[in-house]
Amino acid sequence: MVSLEVRNGFVIDPMNGVFEVKDVFVKDGRIVESLDKPEMVVDAKGKVVVAGGIDVHAHVAGGKINMGRKMRPEEMRYPRFKSDNLRSGVGRVLLTSPAIGYEYARMGYTTVVEPAMPALYSIHTHEELDSIPIVDKMALPLFGNWHFVFKFVKNDEIEKLSNFIAWVLAKTKGFGVKVVNPCGVEAWMFHGNVYSLNDTDPLFGVSPKEVITGLISAIERLKLPHSLHIHCNLLGIPGNYEVTLETIKLTRRFENSERQVMHVTHVQFNSYAGESWKDMSSGAEFVAKEVNRNNVTVDMGQVILGHATTMTADSPFQYELFKIFKTKWSNLDVELETGSGIVPVYYSPKVRVHSLMWAIGLEIGLLVDVDKVVISTDYPNGGPFYSYPYIATLLMSEKFREEEMKRIANVERYSILPSLSEERTLEDVVKMTRVNPARILGLNDRGHLGENAKADLVIYDLPPEPNPRDYESILKALSNPSLVLKDGKIVVKEGRVVKHTWGETIWVKRDYDEELIGDELEDFFNYYTVQRDNYGVPHVRREVVLC
Amino acid sequence: MEFTLVTARTMEQGMFVEDKLSEDYFKATACCEMNPEDMNALGLKDGDRVRVTTQYGSVVLYVKRSVLDVPRGVVMIPLGIYANRILPSESGTGTPIYKNVRCRVEKTDEEVLSIEEIVREVVG
Amino acid sequence: MKVSCPFCGNVCDDINFDGEVEREKLCPLGESKLTREKKRIPYPMVEGERVSYDEAIERAVEILLNAKRPLLYGWASTVNEAIRLGVILAEKVGGVYDTTSSVCHGPSILATIEEGLPGGTLGQAKNRADVVVFWGCNPAEAHPRHPTRYSVMVKGFLVEGRRLRKTVVVDIRKTATALLSSKFYMIKPNSDFAILTALRSIINGNDSAVPNEVGGLSKSQLREFAELLLSAKYGVIFFGMGATHTRGQDRNVEALIKLVQTLNRHTRYILQPMRGHFNVTGADAVACWEAGYGYAIDFSRGYPRFNPTEFSAVQLLRRRDCDAMLVVGSDPVAHFPFDVVRHMAKIPVIQIDPHYNLTTKVANVVIPSAISGIEAEGTVYRMDGVPVRLKKFRESEFWSDYEILKAMLERVVERKGGDVVW
Repeated sequence: MVSLEVRNGFVIDPMNGVFEVKDVFVKDGRIVESLDKPEMVVDAKGKVVVAGGIDVHAHVAGGKINMGRKMRPEEMRYPRFKSDNLRSGVGRVLLTSPAIGYEYARMGYTTVVEPAMPALYSIHTHEELDSIPIVDKMALPLFGNWHFVFKFVKNDEIEKLSNFIAWVLAKTKGFGVKVVNPCGVEAWMFHGNVYSLNDTDPLFGVSPKEVITGLISAIERLKLPHSLHIHCNLLGIPGNYEVTLETIKLTRRFENSERQVMHVTHVQFNSYAGESWKDMSSGAEFVAKEVNRNNVTVDMGQVILGHATTMTADSPFQYELFKIFKTKWSNLDVELETGSGIVPVYYSPKVRVHSLMWAIGLEIGLLVDVDKVVISTDYPNGGPFYSYPYIATLLMSEKFREEEMKRIANVERYSILPSLSEERTLEDVVKMTRVNPARILGLNDRGHLGENAKADLVIYDLPPEPNPRDYESILKALSNPSLVLKDGKIVVKEGRVVKHTWGETIWVKRDYDEELIGDELEDFFNYYTVQRDNYGVPHVRREVVLC
Repeated sequence: MEFTLVTARTMEQGMFVEDKLSEDYFKATACCEMNPEDMNALGLKDGDRVRVTTQYGSVVLYVKRSVLDVPRGVVMIPLGIYANRILPSESGTGTPIYKNVRCRVEKTDEEVLSIEEIVREVVG
Repeated sequence: MKVSCPFCGNVCDDINFDGEVEREKLCPLGESKLTREKKRIPYPMVEGERVSYDEAIERAVEILLNAKRPLLYGWASTVNEAIRLGVILAEKVGGVYDTTSSVCHGPSILATIEEGLPGGTLGQAKNRADVVVFWGCNPAEAHPRHPTRYSVMVKGFLVEGRRLRKTVVVDIRKTATALLSSKFYMIKPNSDFAILTALRSIINGNDSAVPNEVGGLSKSQLREFAELLLSAKYGVIFFGMGATHTRGQDRNVEALIKLVQTLNRHTRYILQPMRGHFNVTGADAVACWEAGYGYAIDFSRGYPRFNPTEFSAVQLLRRRDCDAMLVVGSDPVAHFPFDVVRHMAKIPVIQIDPHYNLTTKVANVVIPSAISGIEAEGTVYRMDGVPVRLKKFRESEFWSDYEILKAMLERVVERKGGDVVW
């Protein structure tokens, strides 16, 4: 089937200012203005029609999630999809690659960003992305603790740094620049960490502040579609909201009228006030104000109470978590580039800190300007991505929040959530799951239903302005789309995956002059254990290159 | 005499592992290494044949004087069908225990089975 | 150009090729792999008779579809692209997927399930390690270039060669690797767990709990060993079959992991299993993302289940719980205990392999393949999981493992119905 009409649905397409009953036409995988004879007509009367969801931050592929699977078979013993006509898929929070694609599709998401790709392992990351069906994918290489970056930053060689970034994106088929605990991971190689923006790494003597501003300068110079994507220093530690504020303020030197200059990811984990776990409280209000004042965007990093697996490139933090939980711990130090760690967690509704984390995430979702925040769980760190409908419903319904707060530890003295009466509308949720992510990533072919947009389209059995007190219906409808189209093909019907398709891998290409960084490449490749010739990703299943 | 049997990868076993019908592979795996003092005690010299017996089975092998130092009381057989002829498949982990199995070693005049012959014996 | 060596878990990627392979950088294993002429399987065969690829594949598919529970085993000596199709094939025929891990580092995976794995890349050993321990492994014979490329003599940016590195070997015999080391501890067989526990006790300050002798090491030797471990700024412990194939198995590896956890309270340490075949790491990894587990996976219920004592190849054959077997790039007749090989001889066996080996002798269907890394390209994972591309540098008339498995999978799905899902 190559053409289709979605008739009589209520279209919510904030990017194009559409909020009305309207027919949508699809041809050859794109949205078109009109169609003479659609091969198929879908009746969406009484339902809303929106673009496919976009996840800006979920660890869906690569060495970390795969090590998580390997060390946690207890996570995998949950059958979700039987083989039958499609693939089998299993997992509780950690899912197999086929299950990841199917579960995204099932909740109306059609694009996902893998936000932490060690360049040395980029072939692996892409092999896994290539095994995730249906959705489109991107991957962000990790730059924040890379010796090349330290050297260029130390010598203030922004032109070389820009060249290096472009070289890396081409080699790894990467989409943008990710930073995790800049300088802290290198310090962990010496059993340390960094504790402020001005601390320095033990090897090159550069500070997080220099690394962050250096990378932003290079990114803006290259005019990358996506801004710096940062996991801040001191993540997960009480009192860390201050370093988050300082990090956000670093953007004031930079201007960009088209998009943010910094995306602070899973900001919930970096919005803690207090001095210890005992007196930890929410710093979300301060962080939200700072975000709203600056050219910065965030995703929530919402905690879902229950099982999760923390996995980040922030290896010193992961070791601290291991010491707290005394559970399993995996670590991977990656030569010259980065590190990573994995620790299982159970976010218990009975534990005050965990309940507070849940509340802080929602504060972020309610207090940050609606065009600057994206729903996320930092999958699988905060919990499953398939809980996004739950998060959206919490943001839409004060009553639902009240109900949920009855079953968790009391957070009243530590969070303002109980006093917040804000309720996001369905249109707001569409912004937080479609419009904002597309703009933040610099992708103009999705996140909306305008002419020539990708025909990634979702129909929910909901009125355009659902009653927030009837949160159960909202949650049910958002969790079970009536229909999902990916590239114009029906992949989900009434919450069931009906077709196995393959999405695209999107990466960003910029011109570079390898000569300019030739000496550095030659020098550092003496210390890699792979040859320079063999470094990088030769091919992916289906690629789209943004030039 | 009672010994502890260990199996191990050796350079020769590795070099000829993809050429299993070759004389080189036969030489590399139809053998065991022993401590020279143990060999003296059994009246063995390099190239002699021994019968190695565990509770699971028995196999005839050439004996080699350990070039480095297989300690007394240990007999080392390279990975392969000769070693596996006398090793157990049971284990609590799914992975067989290929090392530290009790065995008896005695001098013998019997012939070492060729690769063809040992496959036939194993397959039954 | 540079090519990568498809033999051991080192996957050295610096082999020069200029029309032919230059021997300069090759170890004896690599030289044998890349330059020795070996007996190849000449053509596809069914019951010893020459047939076409098409006929052999057809017969193989029939066997797999007619079996109640086929075992699809091997995978360590092929590329990820082929392995992936193998996992999907196992799923589609409702069989069992198992890798050679189940006869080597299976216990290390079990220990990882208990404790996680505090690891790092081989470049960390090269660049930073001032203490390197080889515990029950012998790279001088099993991974010959490991010491010069990664761990002993190599020059890194912080540790510039052998003089600045303390190298320790722990083994029950004085191996060739022991000769390279600055310190050798000869231990008694089956004493790994006790010694590791004693070392942890000393490092944790519970010296008094340690008896005067453990596994052949005196208390003063153990104290000295603990001091040596603690003297590292960055230490690496490599371990092998000496831990996994001896009494204790996964518990030995667990003790190693706990030792590394303990050492990380004082300084930095990482642990790395010495994986044998060039892509045994990939065989686990691919299965993990496709099916959730690394090995010993049963698909008979239409979704994957994992249980090494039930679904590992040796245990399945031991219980006569599989009624057909596909062997890809492996030789279980040579490497499994004899009693389970007997069951192999009684069921239909399909073999895909470039070389004639002992499994060929019992195989009913034999499908020759191109040699990965010489005649076929693809991705493999080095022992530390770092992906390396294998190149094709010789033409061959044999089909690659990928092509053979793709043809099999296409036929299976054609018969059973369903979407093309690979």
